[in-house]
Amino acid sequence: MSNLLEVLSGILLLTGSGLIFTGTLGVLRFPDIYSRMHAAGVTETLATTLLLSGLMLLAGWSLVLLKLIMILLFILFTSPTASHALAKAVWRHQQHETLREESHDA
Amino acid sequence: MLAVTTFALLVVMAMAMVRGFAGPTIFDRVLAANLFGTKTVLLIAVLGFLFGRPEFLDIALIYALMNFISVIALLRYFEHTQKAEKGSSTHE
Repeated sequence: MSNLLEVLSGILLLTGSGLIFTGTLGVLRFPDIYSRMHAAGVTETLATTLLLSGLMLLAGWSLVLLKLIMILLFILFTSPTASHALAKAVWRHQQHETLREESHDA
Repeated sequence: MLAVTTFALLVVMAMAMVRGFAGPTIFDRVLAANLFGTKTVLLIAVLGFLFGRPEFLDIALIYALMNFISVIALLRYFEHTQKAEKGSSTHE
């Protein structure tokens, strides 16, 4: 039974680390800020869930499992909020840029 | 398996720093900081398991809290300077 959990957590950890690598590769190579944010979002939610659930399998029924669940829930709640705040700030910034260009041309 | 994950996390954090240095706009750097912070949380959790020290998970949880607050604070600061610049541009 226990080595089944080991194998399963190994698979989860491997797919998680593979996903964070491809996601961060996307953050490096995508042309503009919005597509980079999408790539970063992939790593922050999906890959984090995979990695932490892989660790949860290793932990078994203990306080460590509860802490891992807390971390996972917290990240799943805050990283979309942070991405939204970032997207709003970028959008505001671009609005100001176009406003300023128009005010100079007029 | 944990060592492979740790190595992958370290490579990813290096790539996030490359984006942070190369990022043309401020917001690329904020994005890189947010990405770096989230990966640090995972790195602390994985190292906690690697060294067999369950207390690391409390540090990881607190770091996740701090990372979120710092991203929001950074964005709020840049929003504030936008208003100052906009204020001065309308005076011209």
